[in-house]
Amino acid sequence: MKQITLAMGNGGVENRELIEKVIFRHLKNSYLERAEDATFLGTPQHLCFTTDSFTVSPLFFPGGDIGKLAVAGSCNDLAMMGAKPRFLSCSFIVEEGFSMRSFELILRSMKKELSINSAHVVTGDTKVVPKGSCDGLYINISAIGERVADVSERYLEPGLLILISGSVAKHGAAIFAAREGIDLESDLKSDCKSVWPVVEEMLSVGGVKAMRDATRGGVAAVLNEWAGASDVGIEIDEAAVPIADNVRGICEILGFEPLVLANEGTFVAAVEPHRVERLLDILRRHDLDAALIGRVTKEYPGRAVLRSEWGTRRFLDMPSGEILPRIC
Amino acid sequence: MELRDLYDRFRDPAAIKALAKAIAKEAQDLEPFSIMEVCGGHTHTIMKYGLLQLLPKNIFFIHGPGCPVCIMPKERIDHAYILAMQPDTILCTLGDMIKVPGSRGSLQDARSQGADVHFVYSPLDVLKIAKENPDKRVIFFAIGFETTTPMTAALIEQALHYGLENLFFHINHVTVPEVMRELIDSRDEHIDSYNNRIDAFLGPSHVSVIAGSKIYEEFPAKYHRPVVVAGFEPVDVMEGVLMLVRQRKEGRCEVEVQYRRSVTREGNMKAQKLIQKYFQKRELFKWRGLGNIPKSAWRFKPEYADLDAEEVYKEILPIGEIEDHRLCICGDILRGMAKPTECQVFGSACTPSKPLGSCMVSSEGACAAYYKYGNLLEAQ
Repeated sequence: MKQITLAMGNGGVENRELIEKVIFRHLKNSYLERAEDATFLGTPQHLCFTTDSFTVSPLFFPGGDIGKLAVAGSCNDLAMMGAKPRFLSCSFIVEEGFSMRSFELILRSMKKELSINSAHVVTGDTKVVPKGSCDGLYINISAIGERVADVSERYLEPGLLILISGSVAKHGAAIFAAREGIDLESDLKSDCKSVWPVVEEMLSVGGVKAMRDATRGGVAAVLNEWAGASDVGIEIDEAAVPIADNVRGICEILGFEPLVLANEGTFVAAVEPHRVERLLDILRRHDLDAALIGRVTKEYPGRAVLRSEWGTRRFLDMPSGEILPRIC
Repeated sequence: MELRDLYDRFRDPAAIKALAKAIAKEAQDLEPFSIMEVCGGHTHTIMKYGLLQLLPKNIFFIHGPGCPVCIMPKERIDHAYILAMQPDTILCTLGDMIKVPGSRGSLQDARSQGADVHFVYSPLDVLKIAKENPDKRVIFFAIGFETTTPMTAALIEQALHYGLENLFFHINHVTVPEVMRELIDSRDEHIDSYNNRIDAFLGPSHVSVIAGSKIYEEFPAKYHRPVVVAGFEPVDVMEGVLMLVRQRKEGRCEVEVQYRRSVTREGNMKAQKLIQKYFQKRELFKWRGLGNIPKSAWRFKPEYADLDAEEVYKEILPIGEIEDHRLCICGDILRGMAKPTECQVFGSACTPSKPLGSCMVSSEGACAAYYKYGNLLEAQ
């Protein structure tokens, strides 16, 4: 078995072999093993439910792969709602001829990410499509979590402080550099990771009002959506936003704004001022780059504003359209 | 040396504040003084770093036409669209050109219709694409000012060197001095006058790295407009403004170079020769928002007609003119007669995702920069 064939998605013997010999080897647990039409989950409480499809190209990128991204991404969506990740469904759409070795590498990184979250894949599906019908491998994951704290973008109010969990734009910059067409030598690495462990610690301290992982659209999209949802302004100190030198470099060369590039593990949190020191301590134990970057204000409701080190201010706009390099 | 060493000092908050203070002091007795920053890169810097907020009330910026994406007329974008839609064809261009709509749609739209459109960071990347796809025709839709023209010429040189027969070029390279002259020297047909409010020019440094500072010498001599060639970082722009303010105050009118780190009077002669080797000036080139400007763009010399997509695809490329939108006041904005916010369609019918006029097209256009970054001056 070097490649995945159309027959492995046929529902027959080959299909069963792929599931039992390959997928179960990595993702097996007592729920999945039952292998029935649906899985009984008992009676979890205060459910949060999310879904996401993953189509990243390239499938393997510096700092992760599509499997790690899929599990971390779905579990992070739950964590941002104050929910502990529990149960995942997992559907693979595989292109005929996809390398079995790559598939196993992806399953292995999913397994690792699941254990970080103490979550399980409890149901799944595999389809194989003819060559050319998809780009290697797509993964869809739906995830259920149990909510332990009530956090929401609607709880923003003037006076809250804005924290960031690490340096921004690493995923977007790494993917951009890894894609064909832009040949740049660099040591860029995606920030792709699961955030539940750090979030769990933060929630136990209290004072967290809202959290959001700054995925597509980056920090700029999160801040604009928050400002809109709670009808408040958000002011960010530009110099306080942590950006790695190599990320800033690629952004300088291509004319990108780091705040609109995607992250896959870095999140924004709105917190009460009297808890900010302790929460920042927790964040910094996990990532030294975590920082206090701004505050919620009454001014300019619905907008995010950037303040420069020399005292000028401008809007930080919602990103729109395809992100393309400026030409000169 | 780290990459950041190249720009950190030019964004130093203390330096920016000191320059703002010096400008305020030196400009305090000046009559209102309007500086056109010709280049979209400068517009972008001014808006991104909020530099308007640091200037005294008698210093104004007029945001010029120096963005090659913004000024590309619909006729030329239609050419790109039509070329992209040809079978077995790969169309390559630079960055945000693919977002700009012509009358049939943008190159992004063409791509969603199945066209193979690549954006490249460097024109030389096109060489690789042409080599890797010998069974396809690869067309480079070449855009940009003096800065990018030599890169296209270098690509042509390489294509000829390797004997590539599947690589063609659609040349849209434009030049800076001709449009500056047009803005000062032409009659505004809407109001039938030679109206403009440009007192001085901030010239783009990267253009002069190639073409030298000599290209601006006619402006002080013939039109009494001083020019400072300035870099693109906030410290560069602020220092450039200070230099213009000092010229005004001291009654001087000359070409000065702020970007001394790479600009000479003569420029890069090797690059200039490469341009001269393959290109000659067009009689007329239409600029979106400004109309036809004589000798303001390059085309292939006749002996390279077999590389020239405009010749090779003559039969299918339309030559008729398309009018600019009648509500658009980009022409007035570029002459300094109006601010973007004075346009009745600004931010409503005309936005960066659906631009009606040239200034809203790319993030370097004046309207797009106003829309994106806002201007928080009034609130302070």
